[in-house]
Amino acid sequence: MELYWVLGIPLAGGLFLALWGSREHAPEINALFSLLTLIAAGLLTARIVEEGPIMVADGWFFIDSFNVFLVALTAFVAFTTALFSRPYMRIEREHGRLTATRLRLYHSSYQIFIAAMLLALTTNNMGILWVSMEGATLATVLLVSLYRTPASLEAAWKYFILCGVGIAQALFGTILLYFAAEKILGSGGTALLWTHLNGVKEQLEPTVLQLAFVFLLVGYGTKVGLAPLHNWLPDAHAEGPTPISAVLSGLLLNVALYAVMRSKVLVDGALGTGDGNGMAGNLMMGFGLLSVVVAAFLIKRQTDVKRMFAYSSIEHMGLVTFAFGMGGAVASFAGLLHMTMHSLTKSAIFFAVGHATQSAGTQAMDGIRGLIRTNPTIGWGLMLGTIAILGVPPFGVFASEFLIITTAMHQHPWATPFLLIALGVAFASIFGKVQPMVFGETTLPRLPYQPALMPVFIHLGLVLMLGLFVPPYLADWYRQAAALLGG
Amino acid sequence: MTEMDTALTYPLQVVNLLAALLLLISFAMLSQRRVVGLITLFAWQGAALALSTAIVAWSTGQHHLYYSAALTLALKVIAMPWFFYRLVRRLDVDRDVEPMINIPTTMLIGIALVIFAFNLATPISQMAGTVTRATLGIAMASVLLAFLMMITRAKAIPQVIGFLAMENGLFFAATSATYGMPLVVELGVALDVMVAVFVLGIFFFQIRETFDSLDLKHMEKLKEK
Amino acid sequence: MTTGILLQITQTLLAILLAPLLMGWVNQCRAWLQGRAAPPITQPYRVLRKLFHKDAVIAHDASPLFRFAPYMIFACMALAAGIVPTLANDLPFSPAADVIALVGIFALARVFLALAAMDIGTSFGSLGARREMLVSFLAEPALLMVFFTASLISRSTELPVIVEALAHKEFVIYPSLAFAAVAFWMVSTAENARIPIDNPTTHLELTMIHEAMILEYSARHLALIEWAVALKLFTYSALGIALFVPWGIAPAGDLAALPLALLALVAKMAVGGAGLSLLEAVSAKVRLFRAPEFLGTAFLLAVLGMLTHFLLEV
Repeated sequence: MELYWVLGIPLAGGLFLALWGSREHAPEINALFSLLTLIAAGLLTARIVEEGPIMVADGWFFIDSFNVFLVALTAFVAFTTALFSRPYMRIEREHGRLTATRLRLYHSSYQIFIAAMLLALTTNNMGILWVSMEGATLATVLLVSLYRTPASLEAAWKYFILCGVGIAQALFGTILLYFAAEKILGSGGTALLWTHLNGVKEQLEPTVLQLAFVFLLVGYGTKVGLAPLHNWLPDAHAEGPTPISAVLSGLLLNVALYAVMRSKVLVDGALGTGDGNGMAGNLMMGFGLLSVVVAAFLIKRQTDVKRMFAYSSIEHMGLVTFAFGMGGAVASFAGLLHMTMHSLTKSAIFFAVGHATQSAGTQAMDGIRGLIRTNPTIGWGLMLGTIAILGVPPFGVFASEFLIITTAMHQHPWATPFLLIALGVAFASIFGKVQPMVFGETTLPRLPYQPALMPVFIHLGLVLMLGLFVPPYLADWYRQAAALLGG
Repeated sequence: MTEMDTALTYPLQVVNLLAALLLLISFAMLSQRRVVGLITLFAWQGAALALSTAIVAWSTGQHHLYYSAALTLALKVIAMPWFFYRLVRRLDVDRDVEPMINIPTTMLIGIALVIFAFNLATPISQMAGTVTRATLGIAMASVLLAFLMMITRAKAIPQVIGFLAMENGLFFAATSATYGMPLVVELGVALDVMVAVFVLGIFFFQIRETFDSLDLKHMEKLKEK
Repeated sequence: MTTGILLQITQTLLAILLAPLLMGWVNQCRAWLQGRAAPPITQPYRVLRKLFHKDAVIAHDASPLFRFAPYMIFACMALAAGIVPTLANDLPFSPAADVIALVGIFALARVFLALAAMDIGTSFGSLGARREMLVSFLAEPALLMVFFTASLISRSTELPVIVEALAHKEFVIYPSLAFAAVAFWMVSTAENARIPIDNPTTHLELTMIHEAMILEYSARHLALIEWAVALKLFTYSALGIALFVPWGIAPAGDLAALPLALLALVAKMAVGGAGLSLLEAVSAKVRLFRAPEFLGTAFLLAVLGMLTHFLLEV
C-alpha cells in the first residue's frame, strides 16, 4: 500500500502542478508533495526493514533492501531539493530569467521526474525499468533548456540525443534479455520480471546474456555518465537550473547505475561469476576506472563552477561503478555507502553553488570571490561541501573511498595507483579553485535575502554523522543490499 | 533452392521480403537529401514494419502482435509523419540537407555496417526459436544504419528521424527474435516515443526561436577547450 | 532438334523485328505523359527505312573501322537479343546465354562504338566516348553483381537455368531479388542512355553521352546503330523479364506454350515500356558528376541483395 503512495503522490503532484503550477504558492505545493512522498517512502522503508523483501501487485513491483534504500534516498533528496528550489526559483523569477509558465513547466516536470525515477526503482519488470528511465530523461529535457539560452538549448539537445541513443542500446539489451528469458520462462509479461529472471539465472544462455549486458551497460552507462559516454553530463548540469543539476547528479545517475546493477546480478548468475572476476564485473571496473581518470583530469580545466562539480560527479559515479564491478561484500558495501554519500554531498554542494552563482550573477569561477565575507553561510556551506566531497575525514566520503581503495589494493593492486593519482588530481584542482571563491578578496554584494541553506547543512550533517558512525541497523541494511548484489 | 526456402510458408516469405524492403528503405534514408523525402521514407518504413508485424501475428497466432502492429500503424505511419510534415511546413525547413560526409562514402560505411550486423546476428538468430529469426540480422542492420544517419546529419529533424528509425529497427528486432516484447512494455515504449516526439516538437520551436535555424552547426559552443 | 533450331531462328528474328516497336511504344507513352501528340508506334520503322534509303556521308579522315563498327555493334546486339530467353527456354544456343558472356558481348559493342567515335577525331566524339566509358566502367560491376545475386539462387550463371529455377519450380519469394531488381533498373537506365544518366532526346551536345558518339554517322550506318540501340533496350528488357518475372516463358520443348509465351512477352514488354517512360517523365537528368553516385548506389544495392541472400535464403 505504501508503494502506491510513493508512486502516486509525485504523479498526482505532477498533474496538479501542470494545472496550477504557475500560481504564487506553487513552490510550497511542490515542497509539500515532496514531503508527502518522503513520508510514504519512510513508511515503505520501515516496512521493508521489518518484513524483508515484498512483492506488490502480482509481482509487478518488487522491493528489497537494495532498492528501498535508493527509494528512501531519492525521496529524501527530492524533498530537500524542493525546499532549496523554493526560494531559488522565486529569485530567478524576480531576476526575470523565468516566467510563470516556465515555472509551471518546471514544477510539474520536477514531480514527474521524481515519479519516473521511483517507478524505475520499484518496478520488477526490466522493460518497465527501461520505459521509466526514458521517461525520466524526457521529463528533464525541457528542464535543462528552461532558460532558453543558446547554450542551454544546445545542452538539452545533446542530452536528449546522446541519452536517446544510449537508451536505445539499453532497449536492445532488454530485448536480448527477454530473448534469453523467453526460452525458459515462456513468452508473455512474466518473462521480464526480475525476480523470475533471478530465480532461473543459472539457466539463461550465457552468450546472449553477455551480449545483452554489453548493450545494457553502454545504454544505462550513458545515463550514469561513464566515460567515454559522458559528454552530455557536464553541459546538462551547467546549463540547467541548479535544483535540476542537484537531482540529476544526486539521483538520476544513481537510478541508472541501479539499472546496471540489476542486470549485472543476472549476468553473473548466468555466467556463474558472482565473485567479481566475471566479464560483467571487469567491464564495469574498466568503465569505472576510465571515468575516474578522465573526469579527474578534465576537472583541472574547468572555469564554470557547475561544470566542475558535474565532472566531479562523473568521477564519483566512476568510483562507485568500479566498486560494484569489483564485487564482493566489502566492495559492494563501500559502493552503496559511497553512492549515498555522493548523493547527499553533491546535492548539498549544488545548493550552495546555486546561491553563490545567484549572488555573483555568474557561473564563472573567476567571478565568484570571497563568499565568506559577503555571505558567510553560503561560503561555509560550499567549503564544507567541497571538503566532504574531496574525501577529507571525518566526512562519510572518506570512509567509503577508504573502503573502496583498500579493497582495490587487495583484489586489483594494478588499479590502485590510477585511483590514487586521479583522486589526488581532483583534490588539488577542486580545492585550488574553491578556496579563492570562498576566501578571496571580494567585491560581491551581499545577497539581499536569506538563502535557504537548511538543506545544505542537513545533508552535510548526515554525511558527517555517517562518517563518524554508521548506525547498526543502517549497516545491517547496507550489508543485506550488498549481499543481494552478489557479495 | 535450399531446404529452408521450401520450409517457409508464403506469409513468412512475405515477411522476409518486407524485411529486405526495410533494409532498402534504411539505405534510401541514408541517401535522401530532402527532409520531406526523409519523412515519407520514414512513413514507408513504418508501414513495412506494421505490415510485417501483422503478418507474423497472423501466421504464428501471436495475437498481442496485432496490437503492436496497430500501434505502429497509428503512430509511425500516420501520426508522426503528419506531425513532421506540419512541422516542416511551419518551420519552413525543407531545403536540401547536406550530410557531413558525402553520400557514397556514407553508403560504403553502411554496407560495412550491414556485414557487421549480419555477422553479429547469426549466432543469436541460430539460438532463436522463432520462424522469423533470419530477419534479426536485418533488424540490427537497420538499427546501425539509423545510427549512422544520426551521426552524419547536421540538422535537427533528420537526426530525430534517425532516432525514430533506430527505434523501428529495435522494434523489428524484438519481433523477429521473440515475437515482440510483452505488451505492457511495448505500450510503454510507444508512450515514450510519443512523448519524445512531442517534447521535440516543442524543442524545435525553441531552437528555431533562439538560433533562427534548425542547423545544429550553430550548436557547437559547448566543448572542452 | 530441327524444331529447336527453327524456334531459335524465330526467336532471334522476332527480337530483331520487335525491338523498334518497343522503342516506338516507349516514345509514344512518354509523349502521352508529357501531354504531346504522340508519334505513331511504328515511327522507329519509318525512321529506319528513311535512313536506309539515304546516301551515306563519311568524313575524310574516317578509317575502315568507322564503317565497320555499325555492323559489328548491330551483330553483337542481335546475338545478345537472340540468346536471351524471350519466348522459349533451353534452345540450341542456350548454353551461350551465360550472363558473364552477355556482359562481354555488350562490352564488345561498346568498345567498337567508342573507338568509332574517337576515330574521326572530333571533340564531341571523344567527349562522348570518354563519358560513355566512365559510365560503363561504373555500370558493369553493378550489372555483374546483379547477375551474381540472381545466379546464387539457381547456382548457375546460365540464363536458361536461372529462368528454369524461378519460373518452373515451386514459387518462392526471394527478397534478394528485390534489391537486384532495383539495381538492375538503375544499371539499365545508365547502359541504355536513358534518363537520369543520359537523355536520348537531347539536342544539346555538351550534355550528350551516347548521342555525342554517333553525331558523325548518317544513313545506313546510323540506321544500324539506331536499330542496335533499340535492340539493346529490348535485350535489357528481356533480361529483366528473365531474371525477375520469368513466368510465361515456355519450358524446353513445349510448343503448345508458345502462343501464351508470346502473349506474356508482349504484355510484359508493354508494361515495362510504360513503366520506363513513366519513370523518365517524373525524374530529371542528373549531372554527369552525380553519375558515379547513382551507379555506386546500384552497385551497393546489388551487394546488399547478395548479403540478403546469404542471410535469408541460405
